[in-house]
Amino acid sequence: MHPLVKWTALTLAICLPLSAQAHRAWMLPSATVLSGEDPWVTVDAAVSNDLFYFEHFSMIIAGVGDVSTQPAGQRARQAAELLVMAPDGSQIKPQNGAIGRYRSTFDLHLTQKGTYKLAIANSGLFASWKEGQESKRWMGKAEDLAKQVPANAKELKVTQNNRRMEVFVTSGNPSTDVLKTTGAGLELAPITHPNDLFAGEAAEFSLLLDGKPAAGVEVSVIPGGNRYRDELGEIKTTSDAAGKISITWPHAGMYWLEAEFTTREGVSAPATERRASYSATLEVLAP
Amino acid sequence: MPKRLLLPLCVLLSTPVLAAELQLKVEIPRLQVAEYHRPYVAIWLEQPDQKHVANLAVWYDQKLKDKEGEKWLKDLRQWWRRSGRSLEMPIDGVSGATRAVGKQRLSLNSADAPLKQLEPGEYRLVVEAAREVGGRELLRLPFTWPPQQATTHNAQGSSELGQINLQLVP
Repeated sequence: MHPLVKWTALTLAICLPLSAQAHRAWMLPSATVLSGEDPWVTVDAAVSNDLFYFEHFSMIIAGVGDVSTQPAGQRARQAAELLVMAPDGSQIKPQNGAIGRYRSTFDLHLTQKGTYKLAIANSGLFASWKEGQESKRWMGKAEDLAKQVPANAKELKVTQNNRRMEVFVTSGNPSTDVLKTTGAGLELAPITHPNDLFAGEAAEFSLLLDGKPAAGVEVSVIPGGNRYRDELGEIKTTSDAAGKISITWPHAGMYWLEAEFTTREGVSAPATERRASYSATLEVLAP
Repeated sequence: MPKRLLLPLCVLLSTPVLAAELQLKVEIPRLQVAEYHRPYVAIWLEQPDQKHVANLAVWYDQKLKDKEGEKWLKDLRQWWRRSGRSLEMPIDGVSGATRAVGKQRLSLNSADAPLKQLEPGEYRLVVEAAREVGGRELLRLPFTWPPQQATTHNAQGSSELGQINLQLVP
């Protein structure tokens, strides 16, 4: 295999949040509650361990910055597709994009009043197998599987992946149109508006898998700023029979929420397992 | 009707209804800081469960062009959440310029809004202040409306607000 392709596959494999121990990919907005007639937000996007510190890789987003300036390994990484939905349902484009060593940055001009949703979602297959002693991996679209993975691959395991990452930002009065879910993958349907979160209060969210309430989904909520403390401060919870979770925020700050669900039921061939994950950066204000 | 009753009747009908009053004094404290900016202040009435009832005053920088002063209204976090974010500023009779250091006065009469429509019950007067390159402070004064007798309520701020005096006159 061409060294670059091998490097790419390995890099992709490392940088994906495949398990709880892998790096985290997140977007961090400069603010989520805005007032005034002409608000802007700046968003950082990175892949890193700590929250919310940039210390590993920048997130490559299509339309953000010039990827040709990056080293070979970064250039080869597949660019994430960012969708920014305005309160009226239209899409807006990121501006002033740049890719740095550890983070990508872009600005959003919020010309409408209401809630905006930033989303990066992708889905595909992940395959691992053995060729002799060597472990092989491949990730991509279902239609490319037959071409990329040998038909008689040994110890072949194919997983269906759905991943979604979201950030919510509100100018003026919050609106709810953007909160509508797509019905694909693991999603958060907010009961408490995500830009109305205050320390000491309980927020309620509903988790959906392919549009239906998802019970038994493991959710982890971690407050930012872990560089300056010993304990991770992780809040763990599981969605109930109705797919609901309730989180009482211990203090103000930025939080990272991650929900993961793995199942072998109802998985379409050639995949034998399905992994769906959802993550969001949520800002909690002081009362 | 007998003529002798006419005069007393006239007096009865022309007796003016005395309006209750709410007199508020908000002290903007003198601070020893290198870069001083007058604070943004929001004053409102709420029910004990924090449900917003009425805005009494919002003092912010109205002089900046393109309404840029509104950018910092969200720093009045509770006011913004309970009321500000759903409003179009400025609001007649409520919006005002930032106030200087000293005891700032606010006077309301029950003959006018919002006291005119205020249902009898328990309320809280809330004063929230946020200062540029400074901090933020919020004070609440519970009171009963309408006042049966002249009452005074006081609160003392520790950083961005000084003394708050609320006088209710029936």
